[in-house]
Amino acid sequence: MFNIEFNGEFAAFFIFSTIIVCGAVLMISLQKVVHMVISMAGVFLGLAGMFVLLEAEFVAFVQVLIYAGAVSILMIFGIMMTNHQDAGGEKVLPLHEGLAAIGALALFGLLFYAIRTTDFPDPLPFQGGEENTMKIGQLLYTGYIVPFELLSILLTVAFIGSIAIARRLPEKINGASGGDNAGIGGGPAGPTAQLQTKEAE
Amino acid sequence: MLPSYLTMAAILFCIGLYGALVKRNAVVVLLSVELMLNAVNLNLIVFSKYGVAPSLTGQVFSLFTITVAAAEAAVGVAILIALFRAKGTVNVDEYDEMRR
Repeated sequence: MFNIEFNGEFAAFFIFSTIIVCGAVLMISLQKVVHMVISMAGVFLGLAGMFVLLEAEFVAFVQVLIYAGAVSILMIFGIMMTNHQDAGGEKVLPLHEGLAAIGALALFGLLFYAIRTTDFPDPLPFQGGEENTMKIGQLLYTGYIVPFELLSILLTVAFIGSIAIARRLPEKINGASGGDNAGIGGGPAGPTAQLQTKEAE
Repeated sequence: MLPSYLTMAAILFCIGLYGALVKRNAVVVLLSVELMLNAVNLNLIVFSKYGVAPSLTGQVFSLFTITVAAAEAAVGVAILIALFRAKGTVNVDEYDEMRR
């Protein structure tokens, strides 16, 4: 059933999968949210190592830059913008949690059965381990140019939209709080804007 | 090696699913969704090396998935901040306007 040959790739796979599973289980079981984000960063780094193992070096470094860098920092910003004093005292519904655990385990059992019973044919040798980045670039700018440009539009729209959602409303800025862009809007300048003009003088 | 990698991705997906269903904190739910997306990425890259017809297309598609996941995380955190300003909590049980 487990027809695994013990070579270097399997050893590296074992180490990386241990890192990933430990990080994911810690993410579920830890109490504080910041610790959860740190263990998720560990999961992302382990996945990047696994991508290197699979001869996908460019995707591995993109994974490190975007997931372990940007997404983790974004989540930490989300934690800092919302307060989490009541992180430990969350109510536990035993029935809900048990049902979710049973559902996840059943899905895993189904997937495991499907994976183990499927007869995968032997693959052809993989071309593209050398000069991985150049080949991906050629593929992106020839065959996949339209999805690539559509994705750039999606990314721009999503970031502008998220800034527009998370920005404070203008009437709140002009109030007593004195927000970030109070001086730009033409309303009464908040304390920070007055401080800036004093410093400029 | 292919079934081992696929089992790894299945474990990751199921842990993410469990976290997204059970956790009360909205940031942790977003993190669990990222975990599930990462499992899909792993599957794409595994099949780009060990599939029947190996090619770089799987890696290109995983790059697309990573981009969409980054946009999703940004919009998710922005919506979370707006919801926190409106309701003063990050507990997903209290976001129940559609149910009342």
